[in-house]
Amino acid sequence: MLTDKDRIFRNLYGQHDWGLEGARARGAWDGTKDILARGRDALVNECKASGQRGRGGAGFPTGLKWSFMPKEVQQGRPHYLVVNADESEPGTCKDREIMRHDPHLLIEGCLIAGCAMAAKHCYIYIRGEFIRERERLQAAIDQAYEAKLIGKNNIHGFDFDIVLHHGAGAYICGEETALLESLEGKKGQPRLKPPFPANMGLYGSPTTVNNVETIAQVPDIMRRGSAWFAGIGRKNNTGTKLFCISGHVERPCNVEEEMGIPLRELIERHAGGVRGGWDNLLAVIPGGSSMPMIPAGADQADTLLMDFDGCVAKKSAFGTAAVIVMDKSTDIVRAMARISYFYRHESCGQCTPCREGMGWMWRVLERMAEGRAQKREIDMLFEVTKQIEGHTICAFGDGAAWPVQGLLRHFRPEIERRIDQYTANPHPEPVSVAAE
Amino acid sequence: MAKLIVNGKEIDVPPEYTLLQACETAGAEIPRFCFHERLSIPGNCRMCLVELVGSPKPVASCAWAVRDCRPGPKGEPPEVRTRSPMVRKAREGVMEFLLINHPLDCPICDQGGECDLQDQSMAYGIDGSRFRENKRAVEDKYLGALVKTSMNRCIQCTRCVRFSAEIAGVPELGATGRGEDMEITSYLQEAMTSELQGNVVDLCPVGALTSKPYAFAARPWELNKTESVDVMDALGSAIRIDTRGREVMRILPRTNDDINEEWISDKTRHVVDGLRTQRLDQPYVRDNGRLRPVSWNEAFKVIAQKLARANPKRVGAIVGDLAAVEEVFALKDLMTRLGVGNLDCRQDGSALDPKWGRASYLFNATIAGIEAADALLIVGSNPRREAAVLNARIRKRWRTSNFPIGLIGPKVDLTYTYDYLGAGPETLADIARHSFADAMRQAERPLLLVGAAAFARPDGAAIAALAAKAAVDLGAVKEGWNGYSVLHSAASRVGALDLGFVPGEGGLNARQMAASGTLDVVFLLGVDELEIAPGAFSIYIGSNGDRGAMRADAILPGAAYPEKSAIYVNTEGRVQMATRASFPPGEAREDWAILRALSDVLGKRLPYDSLAALRQALFKAYPHFQRLGQIAPGDPADVHKLAQHRPGTTERAPFRSSVEDFYFTNAIARCSAVMAECSAIAAGRVAMTAAE
Repeated sequence: MLTDKDRIFRNLYGQHDWGLEGARARGAWDGTKDILARGRDALVNECKASGQRGRGGAGFPTGLKWSFMPKEVQQGRPHYLVVNADESEPGTCKDREIMRHDPHLLIEGCLIAGCAMAAKHCYIYIRGEFIRERERLQAAIDQAYEAKLIGKNNIHGFDFDIVLHHGAGAYICGEETALLESLEGKKGQPRLKPPFPANMGLYGSPTTVNNVETIAQVPDIMRRGSAWFAGIGRKNNTGTKLFCISGHVERPCNVEEEMGIPLRELIERHAGGVRGGWDNLLAVIPGGSSMPMIPAGADQADTLLMDFDGCVAKKSAFGTAAVIVMDKSTDIVRAMARISYFYRHESCGQCTPCREGMGWMWRVLERMAEGRAQKREIDMLFEVTKQIEGHTICAFGDGAAWPVQGLLRHFRPEIERRIDQYTANPHPEPVSVAAE
Repeated sequence: MAKLIVNGKEIDVPPEYTLLQACETAGAEIPRFCFHERLSIPGNCRMCLVELVGSPKPVASCAWAVRDCRPGPKGEPPEVRTRSPMVRKAREGVMEFLLINHPLDCPICDQGGECDLQDQSMAYGIDGSRFRENKRAVEDKYLGALVKTSMNRCIQCTRCVRFSAEIAGVPELGATGRGEDMEITSYLQEAMTSELQGNVVDLCPVGALTSKPYAFAARPWELNKTESVDVMDALGSAIRIDTRGREVMRILPRTNDDINEEWISDKTRHVVDGLRTQRLDQPYVRDNGRLRPVSWNEAFKVIAQKLARANPKRVGAIVGDLAAVEEVFALKDLMTRLGVGNLDCRQDGSALDPKWGRASYLFNATIAGIEAADALLIVGSNPRREAAVLNARIRKRWRTSNFPIGLIGPKVDLTYTYDYLGAGPETLADIARHSFADAMRQAERPLLLVGAAAFARPDGAAIAALAAKAAVDLGAVKEGWNGYSVLHSAASRVGALDLGFVPGEGGLNARQMAASGTLDVVFLLGVDELEIAPGAFSIYIGSNGDRGAMRADAILPGAAYPEKSAIYVNTEGRVQMATRASFPPGEAREDWAILRALSDVLGKRLPYDSLAALRQALFKAYPHFQRLGQIAPGDPADVHKLAQHRPGTTERAPFRSSVEDFYFTNAIARCSAVMAECSAIAAGRVAMTAAE
């Protein structure tokens, strides 16, 4: 249980002033100059020592990522910091709250992270649908410029510019290289890696892409020290995390908690428990819709620890920590078919397995939701997900295949039951097949 | 060099190689759709996945460099497997995905038999289909007169998009939509404007883009394939002529890195129907203003009578743009025997003259040399129209790295940016003082490209001297590099200049011969771009009924370029031999044979009875013609000498291109309905027809 004094996002619910004065009252922009004065290496090492892992989904150690940036800035190849605020993963709504209510944490984090990588330019790529958030964040950036906290000749002595860029609402633009393409004004399609962004990123220059939450945590890590951050949570899974709890709980909410908190405790303490009691739980998706679900059960959701390693132990992944709770009233096959529809719709169409496979998966799942399928198609569907996984340019192919794999792994009897039911009592009307 | 193990075999390859190249070096075949050697790497088809030991996922070998591979734990070289179960599974998976939305219409698809998807699904796919849903349907797109679309078949490899954006430089194709709904389109359904658009048909690995004029005409396995050389422009692009029986069905490019890489222009590719239309298939003689079909003997007799009455001083011969070296040689031989000195191969009135030396009329830098050049000045030329493939080479160089380009001449879209310096000779005369001159002087290998039309003006000789002087002043002619380059637009020109087919002592040039009252008899070897004034008895030897035949008093039907084995010399001076793929129609004969037969009737028998004997005589007189595929380089001293010339002053008229309508540059093209349609579209005369 996280104590109030260890909270980083002290205005998560917007009860206080979001502006510069309010942020300062909560401790932001305090001693930033001294932090910058420690120098690049000290900042990167501090971040490494804190054990912070990226909050965007993949969980890559932040300090290590920063250390990949070239040591010297070459002529004509400026370093860039890009903040990924294209929060589009279904179920996830943490970055949005940060930008709404605590934008100065993000801005200060950008400055510190920029200094740690010798990046004098920062782009924040914000999701197209976030219109008010963009206005709020822009207002906060303007305040920071006004107060000479950032910009040319600022009081911190490190010239730093932040540009807020508004996306057009494509899910794929949350993938870091697609985001860079989009930022350059091209079609948002992921790039081939290698070369990695730290080598050839935005406009061919060294670039680091970080999540909003990751960056917003940086000022507190630097101010309170890596030991403080590392002291929260478990080894390899340190610090605090914003959890977005949605679905069949009494009080869906966003909450900042310690990493490694048991799922049951998280839900019962903050979200009022599963609707109808813990025993009514069917399954939970621990980290946003692209992660495999974990069913209820003594060795499954009941004992799930909410951090990177805890989720991997249950054959899922921590992702963005967007907990989607599904109780026993859920039509689990239809739910997965809906998620598949989302991925079919958002596939960028660049590489074959994802472009062709998503529609196939969705169509089969739609039929399975009705029971209008053959049992052998269950194995076929699993093979299709395996044909997508690992064969695509970006990780989103995996992210679309995993939820379906989770369904097939845990709910095969349910699908078979429906097929049996349909076969025994087929639809009285002829089944019309849509063009799609 | 980096060590790499491919399927257990250790090889040494340069570290910048991709795994795909490395695997091919090791003899392992890698299937691919989106990857193409001359286009950028998108890595989107995922067909080329290979196993990189140590990597949990298979990697796209087209994009993964050897230097990106990490050595094994004990320092052993990275290991790649292309036949492992992981790779087989990946290929089968990708192939299945590609096929689920690909229609099974191979029996009615023009690509059938030469389809990458067909071949690779045989080699790497699985045998059945598990896809029970409906296939995607995509509306066909209108892309103009040459490219037919069947977009259901598209596998979104984006080769066509990359070709039009990168090589052709006319980014008119793109992909709209996302995921399954991604479609390749020309956005507004307008015809493509590139002169190289036909190449997207070759690039398309499936039957989504096929050739419109060739639609449903033939199957690849019923065609005879003959490797030959193109004559539509002066580049001599390598082509393959596909014939069925004696009919030329289509023309495709061959790879020749020295000239056309693997692209050809639309005129080269689609002039095919001009070879069937308005062909001259028997001799004619004009009686009372009307052309009358006659036998060869009768035609020769009429010509003999005319010549018998004519003074050799009032007889002339002009060579057109498509003539091969052999017939020009035979014609010159015959004229010499008749005592005729009025010879000219420059129907456009060009001042270029073999007496200035060979370097004065060659593209000395060579086409491949464009890539070595580091600054370019274009004078009086529109290379996009005069030699579309060469223009793509300039664009390729321009894309690679900094390449300053200056232009004196018509201000047009060349698909790359350039500094516009001026329109006429006065800019050329002042070039040394122009700011662009610094870019040329600083360059290690500056190139001065002069269009053929610049010499085909009344002040052509002065322009030639000016251009040569500019080349020398700007440092384009130096030890080891001759950047003075003439871009011809007639395929016959360099060969005929090499043969010295120009007026002898006191002889008349083409323009004088065409004027009224100078000649009694004139031989026209495929001369269609020059109007001969009434009066002279004109004898037209050629393949198509066009301007020259309309004017002719006697027509001797000759062979078109796919119908004869013949030597052509391209603008670089490269000697190439075209191969016979078909036969001339009807009574038509090969041009050299016509001249040989005529010489007999005239009592001046040419001393060769076969093509081999003719070539023997030719090679004896001009040995460089026997070195096929090679260039006998010009002497840079010729350019220096030319720069010293002071033949009169220049006029103020602006330069223009030698090609006004790209699709109508010669008699064969003017007979082609496809070229006419392209020309009409280019002129914007045809209202856009809706997509089929």
